[in-house]
Amino acid sequence: MHAETTQSRKAAALAAFAGLDHEPGVAKPDPILVVDKVVRRFGGLTAVNVDHVEIQRGSITALIGPNGAGKTTFFNQLTGFDSADEGSWAFNGKQLKGVPAHRVARAGMVRTFQLTKALSKLTVMENMRLGAQNQRGENFFRALIPGSWRGQEDEITERAEELLERFKLAAKRDDFAGSLSGGQRKLLEMARALMVGPELVMLDEPMAGVNPALTQSLLGHVKDLREEGMTVLFVEHDMDMVRDISDWVVVMAQGAVIAEGPPDTIMSDARVVDAYLGAHHDAPMSAEEFEEQLQEAEAELEAGIEEKA
Amino acid sequence: MDWNTILITTVKASIGLETVVYALAAIGINIQFGYAGLLNFGQAAFLGVAAYGMAVTVATFQLPFWLGILIGLAATIVLAFLLGIPTLRLRADYLAIVTIAAAEIVRLVFRSVKFSSVFGGSDGRQNFSGDFFAMNPYSPGTYGIGPISFNERVTWVLTVGWVLIAIACGLVYLLMKSPWGRVLKAIREDEDAVRSLGKNVFSYKMQALVLGGVVGCLGGFLFALGQASVQPDLFSTEFTFYAYTIVILGGAARVFSPVVGAAIFWVLLVFVGNTLSEAVSAGMLPSLFTVNNIGAVRFMLVGLGLMLLLIFRPQGIFGDKREIALDAR
Repeated sequence: MHAETTQSRKAAALAAFAGLDHEPGVAKPDPILVVDKVVRRFGGLTAVNVDHVEIQRGSITALIGPNGAGKTTFFNQLTGFDSADEGSWAFNGKQLKGVPAHRVARAGMVRTFQLTKALSKLTVMENMRLGAQNQRGENFFRALIPGSWRGQEDEITERAEELLERFKLAAKRDDFAGSLSGGQRKLLEMARALMVGPELVMLDEPMAGVNPALTQSLLGHVKDLREEGMTVLFVEHDMDMVRDISDWVVVMAQGAVIAEGPPDTIMSDARVVDAYLGAHHDAPMSAEEFEEQLQEAEAELEAGIEEKA
Repeated sequence: MDWNTILITTVKASIGLETVVYALAAIGINIQFGYAGLLNFGQAAFLGVAAYGMAVTVATFQLPFWLGILIGLAATIVLAFLLGIPTLRLRADYLAIVTIAAAEIVRLVFRSVKFSSVFGGSDGRQNFSGDFFAMNPYSPGTYGIGPISFNERVTWVLTVGWVLIAIACGLVYLLMKSPWGRVLKAIREDEDAVRSLGKNVFSYKMQALVLGGVVGCLGGFLFALGQASVQPDLFSTEFTFYAYTIVILGGAARVFSPVVGAAIFWVLLVFVGNTLSEAVSAGMLPSLFTVNNIGAVRFMLVGLGLMLLLIFRPQGIFGDKREIALDAR
């Protein structure tokens, strides 16, 4: 049963991408996020300059690119953690430019961080509870009347316990989050993000610093997000992971989106290879170039001989 | 050596006016620093504007006492917003710099010659506590157990003070058990993570700053009323640093730590001070120590004691060692 839905969700996601152009900014059938002409400059450096990109609903999209391509800055802009100098982006049709980070999260677009942000001195359970939205007890005055929020707190705790069970953190329930291992913190951060009830989950390098034994389970959790109807956009360096779980790949280099395509062919795209390894690094030498080099070498030799004479 | 006097003054110090005032100031700092991670180094200013707000209203403008209290509270809240709005969006250190500077500005304005017709310059203001003591339910006499007793005025101030401390502790207990307190503690750990979970971090930090300031300002009222006078130099930066010492001594982010911390701090100061002065007058100390310099020596000794405490018990008296261990990871 579960396997069947897995197949159908993945198939549905892949079907949505079938026949799309592999050009940057290609239109998707049902985009959850549409980005237009987003620019971020730091002094003279243009860190992000994305002309147009769409993220398909219900899919797992990877955002890759060489170091310094502007992936994280772009991520920060979309989620309200950094401002954009120009441009606009819409999530579910709602404009998000200039919207502060907490409102972005409330709108249903929740992110995790490259350097995991477990709240060390809170227990694992408190970390989870914090993620829940519209908590009555988070209002100063209602907080003073425990009866007004206890019922909701119990519901939140129940939901948190289910998630902890699924992420294999139930045994750590009452431990400080700071005592967890790096991989467990990643799991906790993902589980906590799910407490928000997001539609779009943005994962910034979910595999960074994770012990290989946990990698498979993390991958499984990311796939599960799609099965539950969520959309995932993630930044990652690990190409095996990208190939394994993503339905679509967006490639950034020097701040711009340079290519898009399915994961199995994207790495053979000439523009992507150029971005990672430099242009023409392996192109065969043409006959003219060969001739030119030969003449240069001869001229040098002759010059050497003349000097001696 | 008159051990009897030393013991009596020491026991009185544990519940005396200084302990009450510093405990309230420290409860406020504990909310701001202990729970929300806000480095407010201007707590003295919060007490100062409250005390002066009340004293000036009553003494300078001859208005009613309760209006003075309201103006003191309002001044505290305005100060919190003035400091918070520009700095709470920035990194924590900026609040520390701005608050310490603001506290000095406030103190210097209070003692300035220019405004001495309002604030009374370095002499401050007197004659404002009449209405407060008119409410005193204790008839003249002394109250207490044996030699540890206070006159009716002090008893009234201390009664109000300890009731306020109890209310403040109850408030902190309820708040920090609640989801509201959870958001505050999470902000102390990592603001960005809290933002990413849909919480308005700025709003919570502002609430913590205002609440901590208001609790502290109760200490300001009592300080003024207990001494029946306000002077600008009561609210200097040392005041804030003693209050921080008290919070750390008790253990940050614990409900009762500021109260116990304040009692221990004043007991230590009074005990060491009195023992030293008794020893000097009994000629038991080398001639290096005189009546004039033992005041400084007592702060050195208390400072040394606090250093030893922080080295051997960094989590404070009520703190949880496991939490300190997490920082080292």
